[in-house]
Amino acid sequence: MIPGSFAYHRPTSVSEAVLLLDSLGDEARALAGGHSLIPMMKLRLASPAHLIDLGGIGELRSLREEAGEIVIGAMTTQHELIGSQLLSAKIPILSETSLLIADPQVRYLGTIGGNVANGDPGNDLPAVMICLNATYDVTGKSGPRRIAARDFYQGAYFTALEPGEIVTAIRIPVPQAGHGYAYEKLKRKIGDYATAAAAVVLSMSGGKVVACSIGLTNVAETPLWAEEAAGIIVGSTLDAATVKKAVAAAEAITAPASDARGPAIYRTKMAGVMLARALARARQRAGA
Amino acid sequence: MNVATPNPTSAERAEKLQGLGCKRKRVEDVRFTQGKGNYVDDLKLPRMLYGDFVRSPHAHARIKSIDTSKAKAVPGVLAVLTAADLKPLGLHYMPTLAGDVAAVLAEEKVLFQNQEVAFIIAEDRYIAADAAELVEVEYEALPVVIDPFKAMAPDAPVLREDIKDKTDGAHGKRKHYNHIFEWQMGDREATDLAFRKADVTIKELISYQRVHPCPLETCQAVASFDKITSELTLWGTFQAPHVIRTVASLISKIPEHKIHVIAPDIGGGFGNKVGAYPGYICAIVASIVTGRPVKWVEDRIENLSTTAFARDYHMTTEIACTKDGKVTGLRVHTLADHGAFDACADPSKWPAGFFNIVTGSYDFPVAHVAVDGVYTNKAPGGVAYRCSFRVTEAAYCIERAMDIMAQKLGMDPAEFRMKNLIRREQFPYVSALGWEYDSGDYHTALQKALDTVGYRQLRAEQKAKREAFKRGETRELMGIGVIFFTEIVGAGPSRNCDILGIAMFDSAEIRIHPTGSVIARLGTKSQGQGHETTYAQIIATEIGLAADNIAIEEGNTDTAPYGLGTYGSRSTPVSGAATAMAARKIKAKAQMIAAHLLEVHDDDLEWDIDRFRVRGNPERFKTMTELAWAAYNNVPPGMEPGLEAVSYYDPPNMTYPFGAYICVADIDADTGVTKIRRFYALDDCGTRINPMIIEGQIHGGLTEAFGIAMGQEIHYDAEGNVTTASLMDYFLPTAVETPRWETDWTTTPSPHHPIGAKGVGESPNVGGVPCFANAVNDAFAFLGSTHIQMPHDNWRTWTVANKLGLHA
Amino acid sequence: MAKSQITLTVNGKKEEALVEPRTLLIHFLREQLNLTGPHIGCETTHCGACTIDLNGMSVKSCTMFAVQANGADIVTIEGMAAADGTLHALQEGFREMHGLQCGFCTPGMIMRAHRLLQENPSPTEEEIRFGIAGNLCRCTGYQNIVKAIQYAAAKLGGVPYREAAE
Repeated sequence: MIPGSFAYHRPTSVSEAVLLLDSLGDEARALAGGHSLIPMMKLRLASPAHLIDLGGIGELRSLREEAGEIVIGAMTTQHELIGSQLLSAKIPILSETSLLIADPQVRYLGTIGGNVANGDPGNDLPAVMICLNATYDVTGKSGPRRIAARDFYQGAYFTALEPGEIVTAIRIPVPQAGHGYAYEKLKRKIGDYATAAAAVVLSMSGGKVVACSIGLTNVAETPLWAEEAAGIIVGSTLDAATVKKAVAAAEAITAPASDARGPAIYRTKMAGVMLARALARARQRAGA
Repeated sequence: MNVATPNPTSAERAEKLQGLGCKRKRVEDVRFTQGKGNYVDDLKLPRMLYGDFVRSPHAHARIKSIDTSKAKAVPGVLAVLTAADLKPLGLHYMPTLAGDVAAVLAEEKVLFQNQEVAFIIAEDRYIAADAAELVEVEYEALPVVIDPFKAMAPDAPVLREDIKDKTDGAHGKRKHYNHIFEWQMGDREATDLAFRKADVTIKELISYQRVHPCPLETCQAVASFDKITSELTLWGTFQAPHVIRTVASLISKIPEHKIHVIAPDIGGGFGNKVGAYPGYICAIVASIVTGRPVKWVEDRIENLSTTAFARDYHMTTEIACTKDGKVTGLRVHTLADHGAFDACADPSKWPAGFFNIVTGSYDFPVAHVAVDGVYTNKAPGGVAYRCSFRVTEAAYCIERAMDIMAQKLGMDPAEFRMKNLIRREQFPYVSALGWEYDSGDYHTALQKALDTVGYRQLRAEQKAKREAFKRGETRELMGIGVIFFTEIVGAGPSRNCDILGIAMFDSAEIRIHPTGSVIARLGTKSQGQGHETTYAQIIATEIGLAADNIAIEEGNTDTAPYGLGTYGSRSTPVSGAATAMAARKIKAKAQMIAAHLLEVHDDDLEWDIDRFRVRGNPERFKTMTELAWAAYNNVPPGMEPGLEAVSYYDPPNMTYPFGAYICVADIDADTGVTKIRRFYALDDCGTRINPMIIEGQIHGGLTEAFGIAMGQEIHYDAEGNVTTASLMDYFLPTAVETPRWETDWTTTPSPHHPIGAKGVGESPNVGGVPCFANAVNDAFAFLGSTHIQMPHDNWRTWTVANKLGLHA
Repeated sequence: MAKSQITLTVNGKKEEALVEPRTLLIHFLREQLNLTGPHIGCETTHCGACTIDLNGMSVKSCTMFAVQANGADIVTIEGMAAADGTLHALQEGFREMHGLQCGFCTPGMIMRAHRLLQENPSPTEEEIRFGIAGNLCRCTGYQNIVKAIQYAAAKLGGVPYREAAE
């Protein structure tokens, strides 16, 4: 498994990277952690003539809170997400999810930007971003813009990014203090993509759910925002009948492929099971 | 003469030897822990070239044309070989160990996906990979045969056009152009009669899916042909280096003494590295053509999809039984999918290996087994993946079938086994299918296993959990797997075992140097089993020289005596025996030298750990170290100097290790996720050479069994595309999924082996697979389920639960 | 394709080299620097046999280009023993606890365990298993690898490890 030849570029600023991507056009690919792209190149499923390594751009490695948002530079690694005290305190679902991505070695290099931007429906963070209503800072030749995670994913490996654009940061509104959360992922083994996974963030008050958001991983060509299911949950005590209804609503929006992880019907049902379990665990964790 | 140092006790002297039975630390680890192992891909020779294959995307297609011109034009490409280049040399096909031929490079047709079509020879592996993309092959796709049950349909596509008119194969008549052989053992009439008279019978199709040994290091070779001397040196991942040398000589016509085969350190084999593969042949030809060394290294996809699959056995199994639970007959018909070429690595007279061990550990008065081998559009192979030849298939078959019968009888599966196990006083026991089991004490072993795990309490807990499940209080199902296996290993006696006509003896040569240090060379080849450590322990105990002063060397055919290699757990039963026998020759000579030095008659001496002493006068002795020195300067008149011996050991029988395993599994009915709560393995491998290494082998074998039972599958889609050819989809468990293992043992020595050892490396795989399977099946048995096909991965298990109505 | 100049530190030694951009780090280490301890097992980032330590991270060197390692500080298995040949506690532990058989996964396994112990000097069995889950072993079933790492953790922490290899 040997990649084809390419020219290597290592810009030191976002503007330089964007210029390169623009001038080199279709022949260029941006390289973040490389743990999706390099295996594809070794299999010759991708053969870019130019590789633009974003690893030298210091401004893409940051993690801070500003104006009610956590802003995470795109080249922040999953290992860094796991180790961040800020995230553990404010958005613990991110470290919970990151720990379920691939394996330790991959997490040292795998980045949040690569994970959310490449459009692989098997990636875990996109559904979490949809669940958290994150926004992506994007830059291209026509300047910066923002895209809501919920609008970003259009198909397998198809996203709202225009040619030459890169994700530079991920903005996540800080969830309400005391929120409950869970990412439940069913997989065959460490290192596998999800057979199905569900991200849940909810808030409780007086024994009732007052806010709820749900994302689903790898049960369609894109990560899914289970808006209707979340709506069913809001206002409930998470009683069995309501959960069952929400699970049915979530299952109804799935359209998984049959693969070695199981036939489509199984994966749909597992999305439901993961959702039910994520709801239960999120509830345990929620204050009040 | 005898220096009066403080006299060590006998126990201290014995301990210093690091001989049989001690947990000696491994010699190999000193280099391996420092990254100084010497594996094939570590080898770098001056001017070395690299080879890479162009492979077929189709499972079955006619090759209309091959255009190599663009590839040849890539700077750094020296040549591109195709079948047209090999055919004049008679090398476009090679003989297989099973009496068939296999294509080296496809000539007119390809017969499985990723079959070798052309071989690029280039200055480095990057250039070779670039050029491989530029070879243009025009194919005409043909209909495929993937389901072995459809291979012999009247209108099935003809697969092997090269032999389509041959009515006789290597093992008798062929029934169909896609048929390879039919093989039968046992008494059909008596068995049929037993079934007619039976109170109770069961019949089940028990399939063992296609899997792959998947060692962490793939298959690889470096060939270097010296045009001046016409000598070929071939380094490779060879479990059987001498056999490779003989095969290479027969194929290439290079005289055997001009071929030097070297197997350096091997990164795991598990059966994958027994056979000869097109990569080896192409590397040799490429080196002859270019006059430069050529390296070929398989990548993981190539490994999983082309070299050496295992199993793909479909066993229709019937047991006859009395109503009180005594088995009276066994009947098995197996459909064996051998892929595109019959490249099974079995002893030549055994096209279905030792599948007739399928009566297992039970006293079946009569049995009959028949196996039909067929061709399909899948990769060739049929190797013994961490087992003796087709023994894992047999053990899985009988252990599943015994559970199915116990279920029908309403008996506890352990009790049913107890009732039918061969009794201690029946050994040596001749089975209904012709094997003579050397020794065993099965009831003791099974009882120890049941007592240790608290079997009764486990069944009580299971009963309570089942009630709770029915009441809706839990979604977890508890399964208890119990198995008792008997292996047949140590092939084998020359009367019934050979490979390409060479009897399956094995060998050891031991040389004692004047200072009392030792080198021993053997015909086997370790791939992680720790031979450098354990063979030295055998010698240490036999001749009383410390293991730390004994070097063990394997894998170089120029220096090692001829041997048949390491697979089928044959190293200890055969080469271990040869080692002991060679050591005994040395000891006998040393005794004569001692008698000479002590001026007594040979018979007046007795052996004492590391020395010969005079009977009744233990103060008068000669240590082996002293005798080694004397062998080079003071031997009895008429005796040749020196102290060395070689033994070629033709075993009188196979050995029959056995064991009792128990597994407790908890299954999440809603996801199919199965957790192994507990796994207990009791093994009896006869005399134990190094308990630490034995336990390590058992841990590893159980882990491979866990992988196979719970997820491994080489899967083909309807078009013949292999869909599980990377480690994303081919299940190799990590440390997280792998259960913790409890190990235990009994010791029943083999009566015919010089030190009583039986071999152990493959037992845990043979016993482990049915034990996991029985645990999963047992979890659902109370709901009426009788047999669930492997692998027991999450979705399949969920599907069973779903069909049983558990998700309503 | 034009070659790139890279400078990096490997096992404490400064190395300068010309590499093709597509040269994988594992091939650079094995073929250009003749460090054949890191191995190639799966090529798809699953097995971990090629694991090295790079800038304080465990990295699968089959999934990184050598040019990306420009300026990096790398330690391979060859850099683990002391200059006087004394084995690192992990190397000793793997031998004492029978944590290896064929030896092919061992260099990657030890390098991964090394980083794990740097980050968590006294891991539980659970944490060890999770921490080495990016490294596959086909021989040992991991049980004795866990013990080998516990042995090393104890030794590095100045506590003798009592349990024997099974």
